[in-house]
Amino acid sequence: MAYKDEQLIEEKVFKDPVHRYIHVRDRAVWDLIATPEFQRLRRIKQLGTTNLTFHGAEHSRFNHSLGVYEIVRRITNNFADRARWDREQRLLCLCAALLHDLGHGPFSHSFEKVFKLDHEQFTQKIILGDTKVNQILKKVSADFPEKVADVIAKTYSDKLVVSLISSQIDADRMDYLQRDAYFTGVSYGHFDMERILRVMRPMDDQVVIKSTGMHAVEDYIMSRYQMYWQVYFHPVTRSAEVILSKIFQRAKMLYEDDSYQFQLEPTHFVSFFEEKVKLSDYLKLDDMIVYYYFQQWQEEKDDILADLSCRFINRHLFKYVEYNPDPQINAGMELYQLFKEAGINPDYYLVVDSSSDLPYDFYRPGEEEERLPIHLLMPDGGLKELSRHSDIVEAISGKKRTDHKLYFPRDRIQRIEDPDLKKRILDILYGKE
Amino acid sequence: MLDNHAKLLYFFSKAQQVPGRKKLQKMIYILQQCHVPFEEKYQFHFYGPYSEELTLRVEELCNLNFLTEKKEEKSHYHQYRYAITEKGITFLNQFEVNMPDIEDGIRILQDCSARFLELVSTVLYFSYLSREEIIDKVYTVKAKLKYTDEEIDEAFRFIDELRNRSSH
Repeated sequence: MAYKDEQLIEEKVFKDPVHRYIHVRDRAVWDLIATPEFQRLRRIKQLGTTNLTFHGAEHSRFNHSLGVYEIVRRITNNFADRARWDREQRLLCLCAALLHDLGHGPFSHSFEKVFKLDHEQFTQKIILGDTKVNQILKKVSADFPEKVADVIAKTYSDKLVVSLISSQIDADRMDYLQRDAYFTGVSYGHFDMERILRVMRPMDDQVVIKSTGMHAVEDYIMSRYQMYWQVYFHPVTRSAEVILSKIFQRAKMLYEDDSYQFQLEPTHFVSFFEEKVKLSDYLKLDDMIVYYYFQQWQEEKDDILADLSCRFINRHLFKYVEYNPDPQINAGMELYQLFKEAGINPDYYLVVDSSSDLPYDFYRPGEEEERLPIHLLMPDGGLKELSRHSDIVEAISGKKRTDHKLYFPRDRIQRIEDPDLKKRILDILYGKE
Repeated sequence: MLDNHAKLLYFFSKAQQVPGRKKLQKMIYILQQCHVPFEEKYQFHFYGPYSEELTLRVEELCNLNFLTEKKEEKSHYHQYRYAITEKGITFLNQFEVNMPDIEDGIRILQDCSARFLELVSTVLYFSYLSREEIIDKVYTVKAKLKYTDEEIDEAFRFIDELRNRSSH
C-alpha cells in the first residue's frame, strides 16, 4: 500500500480537554507527530507570557496544533460527500493543519520583533529543509512537502483548502479561542463549534456558512472580540511582553558592545544577535532555554539586563497608565527627559505599547478586498457578507478598537531622591498637570 | 516611542491623499520591498500581501484624529480615502523621522490601478524565486484575475524601475 494511504492497524487517540478526543488513523500523521521538530512544540507555550496574568495558561503549541488537526479532520469528514470537495486533498489538509505553527519559537511575538524574524519563514524552512518532517512528507510524494508549505503560506492553488487552515473562520482560530479560554479559565471564548462545523459548506474558493447557522457564527465573532480584550490584550500580559522585548534588546546591544563580557556566554543567542540564524540554531531554542538565560542574566554585571531579567523571572512588572499620543505627546517627551535626569534609562524603562503591536486581529468585513470576509450562503444560493446580515457583527465591526498604554517601573520612580523631580514625573504620569 | 506611527504619518504627509484601503496596503508593501523602512509585517492573503498590523495602525491614527477616513461611493462599490490632518502634521513635526525620499515613489504608485499594484506586490512577494517560477506562481495564486503576459512583463519592468530609483 502506498504510504499516503497507509492506515494504522488501530486508531490512536489523544485525550484532549477541548475536543475530548483527537483521532489519528493515518500513518503519515502519526509519524509527523513523532518527529523532533513537532515534539519541540511541547516546549513552547501557546500564549507566551499570558501565564503571568492567567496562571492556567501553560498549554503549548503542541496541544494547539493537535487541536487544529482534529478540527480539520472533522471538517474533511463532513465534506466527504459534497460535490465541490476533492477527497484527494484530505491528507494535505490534515498535514497542513498539524504543521501550521511548526516554525513558532519561544515568546515568538517579542522575539521576532527584536530579531526581525518571521516564524512563518521558519515553518517553510522546517517543512522544506533537511528535517525529519521533510523526510516523512516526501514519503507521501516528492512534491508533497511543497504542497503542505504552500497551503500554510496561503499560496496553494486550491484556495478552499487554504481557507480551512487560514481564513476569518478557520480551524486555527476555532481551536485557539476555545483552548485559550479553557486554560486561562475565563468564561468568554465559548461558542458552538459543532454547529459551525455542521453549517460549513465548501464552495468555489472558500468555506461559506449556511445562513441558518448565522447565530453560531455571531457567537464565535463575539468570543473573538471578548478574548481579545480580556485575555490577549490584557495590560499585565502586555507589561510582561514589554519587559521581554527589552531584555532581548539589551542583551543584543551588550553583545554588540565589544567592551562588555557576559558572565555566561549567550551561546544560543549568538546567531540571532548576529542576524545569521541557521535552522539548526532556531530549532534548539525553546521556552526552557530562554528561561535558563533569564535566570542567569539576573546576575549579570549590566544593571539593566540584570534588573529586567529579575523583573521577568519574579513577575515584578511595569505599571501602566492610559496614554493618548495626541494631547500627551509633549508630556511623553518631557517624561523621556525627566527619566534621563533621574538616571532611569527611558529607552528601556519608558515604553508606549499600542494595540497594533499585537498579533491578534478582529473580524474585518473586507470592504475593499483587503481580506476575504465570512460569507453566508443564502437560501437563494447567493452569498452575503456576514456583517451585512448580522446586526451584532455589524455593531462590533464598527467599534473603536484601539488603545495605547505607557509602561514604566513605578518602584524605581518612588526611589528617586530628588523630591521635585519625583513629583514632576508622578504628576505627569498620574494626571496632576 | 510611536516611531512606526510617525513613519506612516510621514508617508501620508507626502502622499496627501490615498484612495482606497487596498491601494494603501499594496503601496506600503511595495515601498517596503524597495527598502523604505516600514516595519509592518505582511502575510500573503486572498488578495495578495496584506498587513493586519498596518490596518490596525491606520485605525489608531484615525481614532487619534491624525488621519481622516472618508467613505466614497463609487458606481458598484465604495472605498475609503485617507488624508493627514493638521493634528497629524503637528504630531509628525515632533519627531525626527529618519526616512528616505519617497515622494517620487509615492507619485508613481498613486498613478497605478489597485489591480496592477496587486500584481506588482504579488511578484515582489515571490521575488526569492526565478522569473519563470514567479510567473507560474502569479498564474496559480491569481488565476481568477487573468493577468496577461503583457501585464506581468510590465510589472517586472515597473519593479526594476522602482528599485533603480530607490537605489539612486
